[in-house]
Amino acid sequence: MTATASRPRTGGPTPPTRSSVAGPTPLARVKTWLGTHVSMIAALAVLVYLFVPVAYTFAFSFNDYRKSNIVWNSAAGPTLKHWKDPCGAPGVCDALVTSIQVGVIATVVATVLGTMLAFALVRHKFRGRAASNVLVFVPMATPEIVLGASLLTIFVQGFSRFGLKLGFWTIVIAHVMFCISFVVVTVKARLQSLDPRLEEAAQDLFAGPGATFWRVTFPLVLPGVVGAALLAFSLSFDDFIITNFVSGDATTFPKFVYVSYLRGIPAQANVIGFSMFVIAVLLVVAGQLIGNARKR
Amino acid sequence: MSALAHVGGGTPGAPDDGPPQERGGRSWAPYLLLIPGTIWLLVFFVFPLLQLFTVSLQSGFPGFPGYYYRDVNFGNYLDAITEFAPHFGRSLLYAGLATFFAFVLAYPLAYAMAFKAGKWRNVMMICVIAPFFTSFILRTIAWRQILADNGPVAETLKFLHLLPGGRITETWVAVVAGLTYNFLPFMVLPIYASLERADPKVIEAGGDLYANGLTTFRKVTLPMSLPGVIAGTLLTFIPAAGDYVNAELLGSDRSTKMVGNVIESQFFRVLGGFPTAAALSFTLMAIILAMVFVYIRKFGTEELL
Repeated sequence: MTATASRPRTGGPTPPTRSSVAGPTPLARVKTWLGTHVSMIAALAVLVYLFVPVAYTFAFSFNDYRKSNIVWNSAAGPTLKHWKDPCGAPGVCDALVTSIQVGVIATVVATVLGTMLAFALVRHKFRGRAASNVLVFVPMATPEIVLGASLLTIFVQGFSRFGLKLGFWTIVIAHVMFCISFVVVTVKARLQSLDPRLEEAAQDLFAGPGATFWRVTFPLVLPGVVGAALLAFSLSFDDFIITNFVSGDATTFPKFVYVSYLRGIPAQANVIGFSMFVIAVLLVVAGQLIGNARKR
Repeated sequence: MSALAHVGGGTPGAPDDGPPQERGGRSWAPYLLLIPGTIWLLVFFVFPLLQLFTVSLQSGFPGFPGYYYRDVNFGNYLDAITEFAPHFGRSLLYAGLATFFAFVLAYPLAYAMAFKAGKWRNVMMICVIAPFFTSFILRTIAWRQILADNGPVAETLKFLHLLPGGRITETWVAVVAGLTYNFLPFMVLPIYASLERADPKVIEAGGDLYANGLTTFRKVTLPMSLPGVIAGTLLTFIPAAGDYVNAELLGSDRSTKMVGNVIESQFFRVLGGFPTAAALSFTLMAIILAMVFVYIRKFGTEELL
C-alpha cells in the first residue's frame, strides 16, 4: 500500500493547495469557493452517509418495542429504559466483555508480531524476504469465509488433541492471524516514510544502537504502531464471519447480534453498539488533544 | 529492534559500510524478528489452507452422511462449480459493483482528508473507523430498516415513481448497497495513505500546467494515488466477494444468494457438506487470486505493499 518514494513527513498541517482569488463578479467568486471546497463538501456528505446507520442504531435504542426492535413503536413514544439497564437482555454484556477481551489480547499479540515483521521487512535484506512479503499479503487477499472455514477444519480435526476446543482461545488465535497483516502494512508504511538520516545523525552524535533505537527510531515509529493497534482492535471487535466459524459456544458482540436477529435484537444491543462508537471517538479525540498539547 | 541489526552489523568480519537499511544483511537479527509472526501465519494460515484442500478432495461414505475418507476426488470441484455457478457469478458481479461505488464515494473523502482537512485529518480518520465499533451487523440491520418497503428511501422513490419493482430490500440493489457501505472504509484508508504521502505542490504544479481541474486530476493526482487505489479496490473487492452477511440480511432467499451463503450453509446446515464447502472455498480463493494477479500485472505495481 505504500508508495515507493520515501519522503520525510512534514507533520504539520498541509498548506492550502490554492489560495482562493477573489474574482471580479460574485458569480465567479462563488465558483472559486465551490472549486476549492467541492471535495470537502463531498467528503462531509460521505461521512454523513457512513453515520446514517449509526444514527438509526441510536434512535432505535429508545424504541419502546413489543417483540422485535425492527419497527418503531409510535404508539408508546421514546423510552430511556434500555439505557438505564444496558445489561438487561440476557447475554448481551457477556458478549461485549468477550469481544473486548478477545480484542485486547489479539491486538497486543498481533501488534508485537506485526511490528517485528515490519521492521524485518523494511530494515533488512535477507533470504526469503520476497516470500515473507507474500506470506503477509495473501491473508489479506483471502476472503474471510475461506479463513474461517480452513481454521475450523484444523480446530476440529487435530487441535482438539492438544486440548484446544472451539471457544475463546480459538477466536483469539484467528483474530491474531488476520490482524497481523494489517499491522505489518500500517507499520511498514510509517517505517518507509522515516528519514534514515535521523538515525545516522543520532549515531554521529555518539548514541549507541540501543539509545538510537529507543530515543530516535521508536518515538518516530510509535504513531504508526498505535495506529496499527487501533486498526487491529477495530477489526477484531467488528469481526463476525471468521468468529462465527471458530467460536463454538463462545459469543462475541457481533455474533450475539447476528444470532439474536432471528428472535429479535434487544435494544440493549443498540445501547451498547452506540456507546462503543461514542467511547471510541472520545478516546481518540482525547488522545489527539493530549498529543497536540504536548507538541506545544 | 533495529538496535539488534546494528549489533549484528558491528561484529568483526561483517563489513559495515552500507546505509542503515542494509545493515545486518547477513546477521540473524532479521530472522529473530521474522520467526514469531511467520510461525503464526504458517500454523494458522498456510497449514489450515492445506488441510482445507485435503478436505475438498474427500469422499463421503455412502449411507453415512457426515463421515468422510481421504481421497483424491476432484468431482467435488466439478459438482461445486456446475451446481453453484450462478452464485459465483453473483458474488463477482455484486463485489465488482460495490467496489466501483465504494471507489466513487471514497476518493473525494480520502482526497479531502489528505489535502483539505489540515489539523482535522485525524478526526476525519476516526470518523471513518469509528462505525466499526457499532458492529457492522447492527449497521446492516439498520440499512434493512432504512431501505425497508415502508422506510424513507423506498417511500421517496415510490413517490417519485422511480421504483418500478416496488421494493429495495430482497433485491440485488440492497445487497450491493450494503456491500458498498460495509467495505467503504477499506477503500478510504489506503487511498488516503497514498495521497497523504503525495506532495501537494506537485498537484499545484499540475494545476498550473493543465489549468483544468479534471485534467490535473487525471494526469497528476490519480496516478500518484494509484498504489492506494489498487490496494483499496482489492481490500474492498475480496471481502465483498466472500461476504454472506449482506446477502443474508438484505437480500432475498432465492435470487440474491452469493457463494458465501452456500459455503456457510454447506458447512453448518448440510450434513455431509464439508467437502463441497471446502471445494467451493478453494474455487472462490483461486478465482480471486487469479483476478488479483492479473489486476496487479495490468497496473504494474509490483511493490504493492
